[in-house]
Amino acid sequence: MNAREIRELFPILNQEVNGSPLVYLDSAATSQKPVQVIEALDKYYREYNSNVHRGVHTLGTRATDGYEGAREKVRKFINAKSIEEIIFTRGTTTAINTVAASYGRDNLKEGDEIVISYMEHHSNIIPWQQVAKQTGATLKYIDLQEDGTISLDTVRETVTENTKIVSIMQVSNVLGVMNPIKEIAEIAHQNGAIMVVDGAQSAPHMKIDVQDLNCDFLAFSGHKMCGPTGIGVLYGKKALLKKMEPVEFGGEMIDFVGLYESTWKELPWKFEGGTPIIAGAIGLGAAIDFLNEIGLDNIEKHEHALAAYAMDKMSAIDGMTIYGPKEAGKRAGLVTFNLEDVHPHDVATVLDAEGIAVRAGHHCAQPLMKWLKASATARASFYLYNTEEDIDKLVAGLVKTKEYFSDVF
Amino acid sequence: MSFNNLDNLYRQVIMDHYKNPRNKGVLDEGSLTVNMNNPTCGDRIQLTMKVEDGKVTDSKFEGEGCSISMSSASMMTQAIKGRSVEEALKLSQIFSDIMQGNDYDEDELDLGDIEALQGVAKFPARIKCATLAWKAMEKGLKEEEDNQ
Repeated sequence: MNAREIRELFPILNQEVNGSPLVYLDSAATSQKPVQVIEALDKYYREYNSNVHRGVHTLGTRATDGYEGAREKVRKFINAKSIEEIIFTRGTTTAINTVAASYGRDNLKEGDEIVISYMEHHSNIIPWQQVAKQTGATLKYIDLQEDGTISLDTVRETVTENTKIVSIMQVSNVLGVMNPIKEIAEIAHQNGAIMVVDGAQSAPHMKIDVQDLNCDFLAFSGHKMCGPTGIGVLYGKKALLKKMEPVEFGGEMIDFVGLYESTWKELPWKFEGGTPIIAGAIGLGAAIDFLNEIGLDNIEKHEHALAAYAMDKMSAIDGMTIYGPKEAGKRAGLVTFNLEDVHPHDVATVLDAEGIAVRAGHHCAQPLMKWLKASATARASFYLYNTEEDIDKLVAGLVKTKEYFSDVF
Repeated sequence: MSFNNLDNLYRQVIMDHYKNPRNKGVLDEGSLTVNMNNPTCGDRIQLTMKVEDGKVTDSKFEGEGCSISMSSASMMTQAIKGRSVEEALKLSQIFSDIMQGNDYDEDELDLGDIEALQGVAKFPARIKCATLAWKAMEKGLKEEEDNQ
C-alpha cells in the first residue's frame, strides 16, 4: 500500500495549519475521512434521505436498502454469523452501556464479579461501576505487568467462578498494547463468564473475526475507522441478544403496542429504538468498503512499521519517556510519551504551532494514568494516511520544543 | 504561526512563575480549602486561603499541571494576598474578561504580573488551563461570602 497516494483521498489533510502543512497524528481520537465516505453522506442527503423500515415510497426503500446494506457490510467485516447480531449504536460507549444496562442488570447479583483491567478507557470502566452499584456485584481489576501488558497468569488469578463478565479492550489507546483476547475469552468461558471486547482501537486497524475470538460482545466506533461520528456497532452472540431486554424504548423497536403492554421487534431492531442513524450507517458502510479495498492486513503492517520507526527516532531524543511495551510487534500504531521538564499541554501547543496535531491529557484513562504515575501524557497516533515523513516532522518538532523550553527558562 | 508567536504565550514572566512558583504549599488546617481539577486534561489544584475580616490575608496552592495553569495559580495567589474579598472577586472578573478578549478597565486594579497571561486569549485550547486557579479562588470566596 502507498500511504502517499492514500493521503490524497483525504481532503482535510491537504491544508496548512498555523502556516505549516498539517501533520495529523491524532487518529486514535478520531480518524479523518476519505472522499468516498464524504461523498456517500452527501449522496444520501442529496438523493435518497428518507426514513427506514416504513412507508412504501421509493426513497424509503432506497434508504432502507442503504441502511440494511451497511449492516451486512459490518457483519462481513467482523465475520459475524448473522445480521441479527449487528446492532447500530451511537458508538463504543453506547454499545458497552447497552451490555451493562441490559445483560449486566439482568444477570448480576451480590457476590458476582465483573473483571476489567487497569488499562481500560473510561467507557469500559464506568458502565461497570454503575451496574456493580446497582446489583451489588464486585468490580475487579486485572493488574498489569511492568511493560503495561496483561499476563494470562494474572487473568487466571483474577477471574474466578464468581466472575460473570470479563470486559477488556483489544488495543490500548494509551499503551498501544495488543491484548490476547482469544485466550482471555477462553479463560472467561472456562469460569462461566461472558467476554466483552472494547474494539474501539482495534477495529480500525486490524482484521477482527468474532467467531475466531469467540467473544460474546464486541463494541466499536465508526469515526475512528474513517466513518462518520455518531455511529458505532454492538456485536453480540444471537443466543445472548435474544434473551436481553432493550435499553431504549419507543418507535421503530416495537412489534405490537397496547395500552399497558408492548412487544418488541426481532433482532437486531429491538435494540434500535427511534429513527436510526441512517446516514451514519451508510457512511460507515462506505468506510468499510474503503478499508477492505486497501486491506486491513496492509493497514496493520503499515502502522506497525510506523510505530517501530517512531519508537526508534523518538527514544533517541534526550529526556524522552515512552510508555508501554518497547518491543516492535507488541505495539499498535501509537506512541504515548512525555518530554522531561515540559508538560504535555505545552508540548502539544508548541507542536500545534508547527501544524502538528497530537493529543495531550489523560486520554480518558485516569486509572491507567495513576498506574503510570503520570498526571498527563502526550500521544502521537498513526493511521493509513501517515508517513515516515510525518514522524520526521514530529521528531523535529519535539527537538524544537525541548530547545524552546530550555531557552525560555 | 511560527515559533515567534509562541513567545506571546510563553512570556518570560510566565516561565519564571512556572519554574519558581510563589506561594507553593498548603496553609494550616482551618483555612479555606478548594480542590479543583480540569477533567478534560488532568490538571489539578488545591488552593488554601486565609480570610480575616473580609480580607484575604494569605493564600497558597499545590497542584499539577502545565506551565500556563501553574504560573497562573502562582500569579493569582500573589495578586489576591492583602486584597478584600470583593477586590479579589473583581480581579477574577477582570481576568475572565482578559481571557475572553473583552475590554477591561486597566486602571481599576493593579494587575501586576497577571497581564503577562494576556497572550493566552489567542490560544483558545489553553484558556481553561489559565482559569483553573481563578475558578478555585472564586468558588472558595463565594462560599465564604455565603457563609457570612
